[in-house]
Amino acid sequence: MNNDRSHFDRSPGVEQNESAANILSYTAGLVLAILLTIASFIVAQTNLLWGPGVAVGLIVLAFAQIGVHLVFFLHLGSGPDHTNNILALAFGLLIVFLVIAGSCWIIANLNANMMFTHPAG
Amino acid sequence: MGGPPPTRIVVAYGFWIFILSDIVMFSALFATYAVLSGNTAGGPTGHELFNLRNVFIETMCLLVSSYTCGLGALSAERHQQGRFLIFAALTFGLGAAFLAIEISEFAGLVSQGPSSRSAFLSAYFTLVGMHGTHVAIGLIWLIYLVAQVAVKGLRPAVLRRLLCFSLFWHALDIVWIGVMTLVYLMGVQ
Repeated sequence: MNNDRSHFDRSPGVEQNESAANILSYTAGLVLAILLTIASFIVAQTNLLWGPGVAVGLIVLAFAQIGVHLVFFLHLGSGPDHTNNILALAFGLLIVFLVIAGSCWIIANLNANMMFTHPAG
Repeated sequence: MGGPPPTRIVVAYGFWIFILSDIVMFSALFATYAVLSGNTAGGPTGHELFNLRNVFIETMCLLVSSYTCGLGALSAERHQQGRFLIFAALTFGLGAAFLAIEISEFAGLVSQGPSSRSAFLSAYFTLVGMHGTHVAIGLIWLIYLVAQVAVKGLRPAVLRRLLCFSLFWHALDIVWIGVMTLVYLMGVQ
């Protein structure tokens, strides 16, 4: 990078200076992601986890894998040069959470209130 | 800290915002699927339809293609055009394999009954089909970029486009983790 400013801002997906470390970072990310994927399939198809806990386990594994992707593939860090990227990501995740959790909450309420087999009155 | 940031930073940041908006769009489809996944209207359920072996192969194709895409972007940064073309070809091949498996899976499902059989199936085809459409667009974009590299070489403007493509490709893999977990792994429970 030939501009002083690039020291202070960094965009997602842009690797840092040492290229040997970058290949290592991608490879570490690939290995971790494959392990987490295999763990997800094992949890889904065996009785390793207590039945009702399987969904929670799968969600935790999915979030772990998304974290691996963000750090090792998109090279998002926690340093000051990543503040803008992380803030944008945090806002995006807030909207995603509101849309998904809000929809599930509202429709679950709707279903609970509408699906009487014997309507009252 | 004076002066505007380099174009590369601005372009990648803008594209990052686009990717986040794309993920917000996907979140609406995820919410739709989560809400409707139980409404099978007496039709087939996910447990009867989904083949986890195919899903595992699809996941691995996409994951390894994300890896080769990263290595390709790295080679491009270092102006190793030959290595870049090899990794781009691998990325394309793995992405095309993913898409081929998905299309054959869709064809199998449609042959068993109309895709509008139940709200569950409509939501399934919309969510997974939207992800597949993104992969198909990514593959066309990759061909276009390889042609640009071949004609123009690895000049800064082409490198910025490659950076945007690799962000897009990694983001598709992140969306796939959600599809794999919510639709397939939780669908067969």
